[in-house]
Amino acid sequence: MDKKVLVIGVIGADVHAVGNKILYHAFTAAGFEVVNLGVMVSQEEYIAAAIETNADAIVVSSLYGHGELDCKGLREKCDEAGLKGILLYVGGNIVVGKQPFEDVEKRFHKMGFDKVFGPGTPPETTIAELKKDLGVA
Amino acid sequence: MKPILLVDFGSTYTKITAVDIDSNTLMGTAASFTTVETDINEGLNNAIKILEEKIGKVEFQETYACSSAAGGLKMISIGLVPELTVQAAKEASLGAGAKIMKSYAYQLTKGDVREINQLKPDIILLTGGTDGGNSECILHNAKRLADLEIDVPIIVAGNRSCVDDCEELLEGKQVYVCENVMPVLGKLNVLPAQQMIRDIFLKRIVQGKGLTEAMDLVSDIIMPTPSAMLTAMELLADGCETDRGVGELVSVDLGGATTDVYSIADGSPTSLRTVYKGIEEPYAKRTVEGDIGMRYSMMGIVEAEGIGKVSQLSGLTVDRTKELLKYLDENKETIPFNEDLEHLDFALASIAVKTAVMRHAGSIEQVYTPMGETYVQSGKDLRNVKNVIVTGGALIHSKNVTEIASCALFSEDTPGSLRPENARIWVDQHYILAAMGLLSRKYPSAALEIMKREIICYGD
Repeated sequence: MDKKVLVIGVIGADVHAVGNKILYHAFTAAGFEVVNLGVMVSQEEYIAAAIETNADAIVVSSLYGHGELDCKGLREKCDEAGLKGILLYVGGNIVVGKQPFEDVEKRFHKMGFDKVFGPGTPPETTIAELKKDLGVA
Repeated sequence: MKPILLVDFGSTYTKITAVDIDSNTLMGTAASFTTVETDINEGLNNAIKILEEKIGKVEFQETYACSSAAGGLKMISIGLVPELTVQAAKEASLGAGAKIMKSYAYQLTKGDVREINQLKPDIILLTGGTDGGNSECILHNAKRLADLEIDVPIIVAGNRSCVDDCEELLEGKQVYVCENVMPVLGKLNVLPAQQMIRDIFLKRIVQGKGLTEAMDLVSDIIMPTPSAMLTAMELLADGCETDRGVGELVSVDLGGATTDVYSIADGSPTSLRTVYKGIEEPYAKRTVEGDIGMRYSMMGIVEAEGIGKVSQLSGLTVDRTKELLKYLDENKETIPFNEDLEHLDFALASIAVKTAVMRHAGSIEQVYTPMGETYVQSGKDLRNVKNVIVTGGALIHSKNVTEIASCALFSEDTPGSLRPENARIWVDQHYILAAMGLLSRKYPSAALEIMKREIICYGD
């Protein structure tokens, strides 16, 4: 019962299901309680799921390049819904075209995401960061 | 011969059905006014007298009853997030045959508690949080409910990590603990809560509804009428050990004040390109439309499609339609006595069936994504359901019953509404469905055989 709870899913109109399944298995194997919302997840769905399950983090994936638009306002909505301070991660191919990752990271930090991961990040990297941020040994 | 009497105590009528379970035949039906205020046996005895005039004196060996008298089983459901546990709590209550007076999301206020005191529900269902999930909200709500002045059974079916604390907070109240209605996000677990609702209904509520007097006559099983309906529908769809059912079905019970829709169907997406959104749907699902009914909720039907549509379907002018609607509003017990009224009832019933089934059925939306088109479904996909069953006084006595019933079907002008595409229409001409649900608790094969014979089937 004291496992840390993650809400994961692919945001927006994105239907890329394979990476989502891989993350689900990787996070579960790493000892997290994973609530997988699948593909085409709206901001409201992440929030509703996080409230009901008392989640410790929301991990947003996006592959199709429109992630930046889809993610705007998620932090503000979390605050409004009483999820103040919940850990927000985003990762994947989250912007249009090839842009320097440092710029992308900066923009997503500004949008309220605690950690930003670029294309090709192995699950292990995210798991290590999650464990650090959530204080899991 | 082994005659059994099945009784349905309604708020206006007490309906009785006599069957012989040696030959599995329907012996007869009768109805009389319900008399809850004085003595419920009076209505029952009158109905038996009417029945005896038709079929002669019968010594019934067993009697079973269901009831929707005195407003039926009235419930309040409480959850956390509207689309999640609140929805799950509603599904649990409706599926147990209850009428939901009100449902609450998030934290209850003191004003909400005052409101609940006034609403005087029969049962409160308190949920919130997945197992191991949010506990703050349900604990807050339990604390608030502890201040209730009314004595009402409270079922706690939320986050199991804090049910003990909820029980402590509600000390002194009638508290019943059962499994979470949503143990895992999106997964529905309504059966334990429904069983609990039925048990409480039997033990505590029946007495309060003036039904104890009838207990001398009734040997066993008292359940809410909608619960008996749902039981009958499940049996007809799935069959029993000795006989096959007719397969997945949708059923519409069009009443004077409300319209109930039942579906016994899986309803999950049929295509891999369809993404499903929302919580899992119950296999046996019931919805109640409180604003759709042939008399008391007639204006809800008119609002659903507009006065123009009512006039068009009935073939009457708008002025004449308005005039007759006003008449029906003032004379709620009217049974059509002229052609115009028949046409108007046809129009009202058609719109009622369409609206109620559209709200019950799921919907699908085509979405264009950067990767091409895809579909998003929410609710149940009933397109492959092959049986539609209609019941309710306004329907079964109408001349155009099959035409009205076909309004439950898929239509090109609302392609997003996932209603049955091609279905046989069954008409419960003797109004026996609830009675068969009662009978099926002990004699399922008899109930199934009688239903298959007595409910007429049109088309294939």
